[in-house]
Amino acid sequence: MADEQQVESASAAYWRANKALIAVLLVIWALVSFGFAILLARPLYGVHVGSLPMSFWWAQQGSMVVFVLLIFVYAWRMDHLDEKFDVHEETTLRQIKRARRAAAADPGDAR
Amino acid sequence: MSVETWTYIMVGLTFGLYLYIGYLNRVRDTRGFYVAGQGVPAIFNGMATAADWMSAASFISMAGLISFMGFDGTVYLMGWTGGYVLLALLLAPYLRKYGKYTVPDFVGDRYYSSTARVVAAIAAIFVSITYVAGQMRGVGIVFSRFLQVEIWLGVIIGMAIVAFFAVLGGMKGITWTQVAQYSVLIIAYMIPAVAIAWILTGNPIPQLSFTFSDIVSRLNEVQIDLGFAEYTQPFTAKTQLDVLCITLALMAGTAGLPHIIVRFYTVPNVRAARYSAGWALLFIALLYTTAPAIAAFARYNLIDSLNGKTMEEIHEYNWVNSWEATGLLTLTDKNGDGHIELTPDAETSEMKIDRDIMVLANPEVAGLAPWVIALVAAGGLAAALSTAAGLLLVISSSIAHDIYARMINKEATEAKRLLVGRVMIFVAVLVAGYFGINPPGFVAQVVAFAFGFAAASFFPVILLGIFDKRTNREGAIAGMVVGLGFTAIYIIGNKFFGMPAWFLGISSEGIGTIGMILNLIVTWSVSRVTPPPPPEIQAMVESVRVPRGAAEASAH
Repeated sequence: MADEQQVESASAAYWRANKALIAVLLVIWALVSFGFAILLARPLYGVHVGSLPMSFWWAQQGSMVVFVLLIFVYAWRMDHLDEKFDVHEETTLRQIKRARRAAAADPGDAR
Repeated sequence: MSVETWTYIMVGLTFGLYLYIGYLNRVRDTRGFYVAGQGVPAIFNGMATAADWMSAASFISMAGLISFMGFDGTVYLMGWTGGYVLLALLLAPYLRKYGKYTVPDFVGDRYYSSTARVVAAIAAIFVSITYVAGQMRGVGIVFSRFLQVEIWLGVIIGMAIVAFFAVLGGMKGITWTQVAQYSVLIIAYMIPAVAIAWILTGNPIPQLSFTFSDIVSRLNEVQIDLGFAEYTQPFTAKTQLDVLCITLALMAGTAGLPHIIVRFYTVPNVRAARYSAGWALLFIALLYTTAPAIAAFARYNLIDSLNGKTMEEIHEYNWVNSWEATGLLTLTDKNGDGHIELTPDAETSEMKIDRDIMVLANPEVAGLAPWVIALVAAGGLAAALSTAAGLLLVISSSIAHDIYARMINKEATEAKRLLVGRVMIFVAVLVAGYFGINPPGFVAQVVAFAFGFAAASFFPVILLGIFDKRTNREGAIAGMVVGLGFTAIYIIGNKFFGMPAWFLGISSEGIGTIGMILNLIVTWSVSRVTPPPPPEIQAMVESVRVPRGAAEASAH
């Protein structure tokens, strides 16, 4: 029973940590797109990135670069969280493929 | 060699490659057919997703659209990329853990309801058919422009190619041909872009020359001289609120489109799903950050070469003659002063430029070699065929898996399920081809519908299904009915019955945002006042939140 409760709270803590990370990244996501490129489009128009007005640069270049970074940062941080809470996938693709080949070679294992 | 000969060679080679890959990746079971055996490595799934996503419209039309919209073209740039952040953080990892074959699978299981499953399947079919018709048409148009073949013949050639690898290889064949198609389309897009950036600014990287050269400032000056607003001026084509709503609707719609979601079922585990979303967006962003550069360069180049010149001067350019012949470029000296002038008013403007010309004519305007022009044709075909294949699989799986195998004949054997899958994908090819040859007049207008639809239905229902354990069947169904109902009435009323855009002036393209918000509110509230979902459903939600076990779960 105690064990079960521990498992329960560990997965709840994992989920909380995941949600906190998502919240931070989505705030950045909204800031660069809806914030810098749309809501602040007029105030940022006078500032320049290279030779482009800054809001235009966010709208047509910068936001997309940040989007790509956000996803990789999420995947990378989640690798750490998965390890920390011990919920990571233990089998690699190669192991899965080996297991499947073995299963296919052995007709006795009807799944 | 002539452009035409080169085009035959390029198209022939790439089509041969797709057929060969399709033949190598034949499948024998439904897991291979629907989810490529869940063995696609993250980076290749990223390439396949990028090809799946970038359609004929992204490849051929988007840069042109942006060059006419200026700043406001950002709705497509941010809208069609920002959705991947939502997908990667909020949907893809959990759907991969769940591990079944389709989106209706998840909706039906999570909301323990056959009604929800059928509604989701029909919605998926509807969204995919509206989309695929445009792709087949795109194949026909590329053939007719570059090879002077009739559009219908081009469509039939495209159908034959897709049918071959999709029927034989299902998702597995589609995945690996999409990887090849991504390579073809990105090379075809980048070579002319790099060349034109080099010629205009001396900097070969389009993104950098767009940002740091003075081309855009010069374009702004030219625009002012001709009586237009500055190119970089925000909210000239649309209001600020509308830009915001359209961007959000396209983002949520992108994250909710079934043919994109199913790509994340094909990777081995949850971790790979997260990374492959990153790879997918990286590969997409390569084209999407280049498109606005092409848009500005091509606009500058075109105005610079044509405006204020006499007809004789203009017709010294070979490309002017050939594009005038296609009807994509029309020059008429309306005021008879012997010079051609571009003005903001269509009535007086002496240049009529089709948006597609910005990408298609770019290599010729820049004076590039014939093989580059041929490569652009092969790239356009790759973009159209790869998107068509992904959509066809969704149509097939919705009927053969969600409706036939999960509801009509639950006892069907593996062999029979696979056969039905193959037959349905073939039927889907025929339907898509029919609409490609006889495009219904409403296709262009219903694309707004596809995104609004996905934003107001799939996105909120899947999102709450994962993040809110308390969301139940009653809530989800009520939310979908209200979200879809509102969005559908608004779009149909606005597009077909002359209803004014009465909700804060938001256009049909952006109204999906409001539909999505309504859906979220209704789903959440109704779920709170009706009984909670059964314990086994709550346990399922718990399980999709944890990565471990995705490979095992799907290996059995």
